[in-house]
Amino acid sequence: MPFDPVILWTDALVYLLVAVVIAIGWYMQRHTHLLTPWRRVTHSASGMAALTILFFFILTGLLDTIHFRPALDNTSNNLGEKVYSVEVLSLFDVIATPLRTRVEKTYSAPLSAYLYAKETVELPDGSQAREFTRLTFGGIHLEDPEVQRTGDITERSIRGAAGGLLVWSVIVMSLGMLLARRHKISFLQMQSEIWKGTTETPWHVIMITLGLILVLLGIVVALSTHYHVLGTDKVGQDVLYQSLKSIRTGLVIGTLTTLIMLPFALLLGIAAGYFRGWVDDVIQYTYTTLSSIPSVLLIAAAVLMMQVYIETHPEMFDTISARADLRLLFLCIILGITSWTGLCRLLRGETLKLREMEYIQAAHAFAVSHWRIISRHILPNVMHIVLITIVMDFSSLVLAEAVLSYVGVGVDPSMISFGTMINAARLEMAREPMVWWTLLAAFGFMFILVLSANLFADAVQNAFNPRIKTLSERVSRSSHQAGNMLQSNTSSSRPAPAAISPEAKDNTVHP
Amino acid sequence: MMPLLEIEKLKTILNTDSAPIHAVDGLELKILKGETFALLGESGCGKSMTALSIMRLLPETAEIIEGHIKIDGNDLLLLPETDMRKVRGKRISMIFQEPMLSLNPVMTISSQIKEVLKQHFDLHHADAQKRILGLLQQVGIPDASRRMDEFPFQFSGGMKQRVMIAMALAGEPELLIADEPTTALDVTIQAQVLDLMRDLQQRTRMAILLITHDLGVVAEMAHRIGVMYAGEIIETATCEDFFQQPAHPYSQKLFAALPERAKRNQGLAVINGNVPPLSQAFQGCRFAERCDHAWELCRQTAPEWIEIAPGHRVKCHLFSKENESEYQVNMREKQTTSAIEAYHATPHQDSPLLNVTNLKIHFPIYKGLLKHTIGHVKAVDGISLTIAPGKTLALVGESGCGKTTVGKGICQLIPTTAGSVQLNGSELTRLTRNQLRKKRAEFQIIFQDPYSSLNPRMRIIDIIVEGMNALVSDHRDRIKPEQQLSSHQKENKVDELLQRVGLPPEAKWRYPHEFSGGQRQRIAIARALAVNPKLLICDEPTSALDVSVQAQILNLLRTLQQSLGLAYLFITHNISVVEYLADEIAVMYLGRIVEKGHVDEVLNAPKHPYTQALLSSVPMIEATSRRTNSTHLKGELPSPANTPSGCYFHPRCPYVMPICRKIYPDKSTFSPTHSAHCYLYSQN
Repeated sequence: MPFDPVILWTDALVYLLVAVVIAIGWYMQRHTHLLTPWRRVTHSASGMAALTILFFFILTGLLDTIHFRPALDNTSNNLGEKVYSVEVLSLFDVIATPLRTRVEKTYSAPLSAYLYAKETVELPDGSQAREFTRLTFGGIHLEDPEVQRTGDITERSIRGAAGGLLVWSVIVMSLGMLLARRHKISFLQMQSEIWKGTTETPWHVIMITLGLILVLLGIVVALSTHYHVLGTDKVGQDVLYQSLKSIRTGLVIGTLTTLIMLPFALLLGIAAGYFRGWVDDVIQYTYTTLSSIPSVLLIAAAVLMMQVYIETHPEMFDTISARADLRLLFLCIILGITSWTGLCRLLRGETLKLREMEYIQAAHAFAVSHWRIISRHILPNVMHIVLITIVMDFSSLVLAEAVLSYVGVGVDPSMISFGTMINAARLEMAREPMVWWTLLAAFGFMFILVLSANLFADAVQNAFNPRIKTLSERVSRSSHQAGNMLQSNTSSSRPAPAAISPEAKDNTVHP
Repeated sequence: MMPLLEIEKLKTILNTDSAPIHAVDGLELKILKGETFALLGESGCGKSMTALSIMRLLPETAEIIEGHIKIDGNDLLLLPETDMRKVRGKRISMIFQEPMLSLNPVMTISSQIKEVLKQHFDLHHADAQKRILGLLQQVGIPDASRRMDEFPFQFSGGMKQRVMIAMALAGEPELLIADEPTTALDVTIQAQVLDLMRDLQQRTRMAILLITHDLGVVAEMAHRIGVMYAGEIIETATCEDFFQQPAHPYSQKLFAALPERAKRNQGLAVINGNVPPLSQAFQGCRFAERCDHAWELCRQTAPEWIEIAPGHRVKCHLFSKENESEYQVNMREKQTTSAIEAYHATPHQDSPLLNVTNLKIHFPIYKGLLKHTIGHVKAVDGISLTIAPGKTLALVGESGCGKTTVGKGICQLIPTTAGSVQLNGSELTRLTRNQLRKKRAEFQIIFQDPYSSLNPRMRIIDIIVEGMNALVSDHRDRIKPEQQLSSHQKENKVDELLQRVGLPPEAKWRYPHEFSGGQRQRIAIARALAVNPKLLICDEPTSALDVSVQAQILNLLRTLQQSLGLAYLFITHNISVVEYLADEIAVMYLGRIVEKGHVDEVLNAPKHPYTQALLSSVPMIEATSRRTNSTHLKGELPSPANTPSGCYFHPRCPYVMPICRKIYPDKSTFSPTHSAHCYLYSQN
């Protein structure tokens, strides 16, 4: 076998999460009434745009989760077995091999052909001079970067964008075909419906977002073969590669932490609110005590203890990745333990309210068991709180990881994450000229990830909360028109609202 | 005479997700100076939207798209917002339904009233204080000089509504809009507030626009009446004309749907269907779909105003000259079709189904760090009652007297402190949770609010099946697998139940929010029936519903009692429902039953002063029965945490004697079924 599959701890948990999501999806497919709120999610324009972006993040994260150890070329030990590299690679690493392997000497600015630091070079005449030397890989194909670089970049960008557009149009066509077949209308009709925005799911928004992403992706791919699109860091590693690798760390911290804390929060919060009495007292004391310990201290102590343990037991870890991964998992756990109290308190309060609701009383009157009341009556009615908290926590956990790594108690220094990137960029901010790209790249990626997660969370919340009613575009447009009419009346010295706007009238006839 | 308020062709729409809702659609009305105009209608008819349109306080999604609202000839809709602020509170004031929510809890009441004064008058501090004091005295707040600096939470519901009225009067308005001012209050408090409003109107000569759904309140208060249906007024008349001869079929139906004693052994007339959704465009008469008299013309052309008597106008084709013959035909038809089947009284059985003796439910009051008990709220303080199979016992009382606690206590939903509850001879209070499960199927409870009694995240079928499952699964060990209901059988059972309560079987796949209040209450009844109970505890099942829907539910309850032999413990504050449905009645005051007996005995010859006051506080529709010397109660229900010594009622009793303050009176028996606790009668 050319490789040896490796399943790290966090990998296993991510696989578990994916399996759970698929299982829930399959279950909901069979129980269509559970699908309806999710269908409403698909009707939200901002939510679907955010989901399209998230899709690319999740794809990168998942590709980066499939780990293996490649076999070393032409080597086998004395028993005739293949020897595998000590370096653990992921599928993503293989795809991004050019990014990973083309390491410069030190800093270089985005799309530059020169190093960012002067080096002493020996000139052909034997004398020495300090100058910005050419990069080993970036822009190596250019003979005179000063003259050719801009033209070359433009040309490659256009070619990349064109490639992106081509892929995009293929996707649009095939998707249009699929949709047309499903709705049993002609292809052209489907296209006109998509672009007029009359479809239930805002396909045009998805298409536009997808188009933007693909064009950007095309440009980046086209440029990254010959340049360092986001520059290089202190040891010459490509910043784009680092940013992309950081995505997995962020996603793992954001999802696994909630996964770990959720059972605690759900079980204890609902139990405290539902059973009251001594159960409530015990749980309340527990979480009050826990939340009064400064969480950074707790995390620092736990992480440092873990680090000592790892260092004193080197025989337990056969690769560096395994060490770094265990530390990541431990960070998730400790973050989970310190962050469940908020959700627990919220759930306790909501359950206290719900247990007095008449439908719970009715369930008592039917002698429904405590477990069934909790699982069928209380849990579904607090699910919107859980869902909102999960997504809100996702964002704050991604940010917390960055802060903790910056302080030095976060992930292992060998693991690439937004926090370690920022930490590395910290000192360089003070130097003149400033090295800004590492920080900007980490900031940009983190911002987009968190923003799209929040937008998606909003869409989910709107869809799941039956009390939230938003004005649809059509109606707000018609009222806008009525407003205009009111204004025109004002100018003609009759400020009273006068007539129904034609569109509003239209709506009443054909609702 | 120039009308004070004149509304012409008012149209207000609410923008929603889909089509806009025409909440008010071409409304016209005139209110003269010093008169009370009552806007009557079911919920969802656009009454409150009309009030908010007049005040120009509509929610953001709503807008007035057409019409004029003129006060003394000035169109309010032409005024800029700054001028409008001078109108609100000064010329037009408004009082709202919920006194608990309309006062700011962190401001003293005097500072809240002062805000109004500051807006409209240029008063010095001392003058303002004097004026506030005067206003509070005017609305009958006792000890006003001390209480004016208190916060809203220190006032009871009725007192808060008085404060609201004082605030509304602060600007000396010409028009007072009262949006369901007494709906949230008890009958005795309602009587006080209505008295106050009538009295103030006589003194200040202001006009009142009274918005209500309660025909009784209308009869007591209004000079003229407008009946509102689906966004428009369909009948206007003077109060006398309207109550003697309601013209519009809808108005007639409203009267027919009212439960009262005269209709005891018959079904109530129901209005089929619901108020039509206001998002559609109407072609003909809006009531045509639900009208018994409707014919082709009604569905095609909307009727115009027809004057059938001076000051009595109606929008109905039945009254136009050319349709007179049609009307006659229809009236004759009506005679035949509306003959409502008579119900037969169920045969009397002697052994009681439910026997409650000396039931006490006390809630401890905790205080301090260690939470030691410093006292008890005596929510239920030793009540005894019995219900025979197939009979209805009505438990009547003001809110806060412990009615609901009795219901929940009997259902074993809250632990009882003392006493016994026997169902079919077996004691319920001492059973463990598991033992109780086996008994649960015999008694069920229906709650007041149909909106919170169904889990919003469950489908109807799941809601109904849940009870069956829970109570059947208990016997799983004993029942052979083939005897258990398969899911198919369960579905059939659910269909049958839904049909029994008058809902289509397809309803089972839907979620509760897709149903109206009345339909939800039917679902709640179906859920209770699913386990074949013998006793249903109905906790104000109709008080959240409109009159026409209430009639449907009452009819349903009555039919179910006939066919299934159910016994009801009917907890309510609505005397007319009691008159209609109950066999026996127990009047509750502050956790104790003060009088009980057969419904005729108690209602015809109430003995206890509280029962007398309660009955006289109920607004009456019949013009003849309007009492001049009504004995409206003073004061309010004391806290059950701090009960008065002796007879609990003595602080409010008009006939109080020295002994009443010392010892709680014993039972006085008037007949084998009728008894009361009062020193006015010889003690047993």
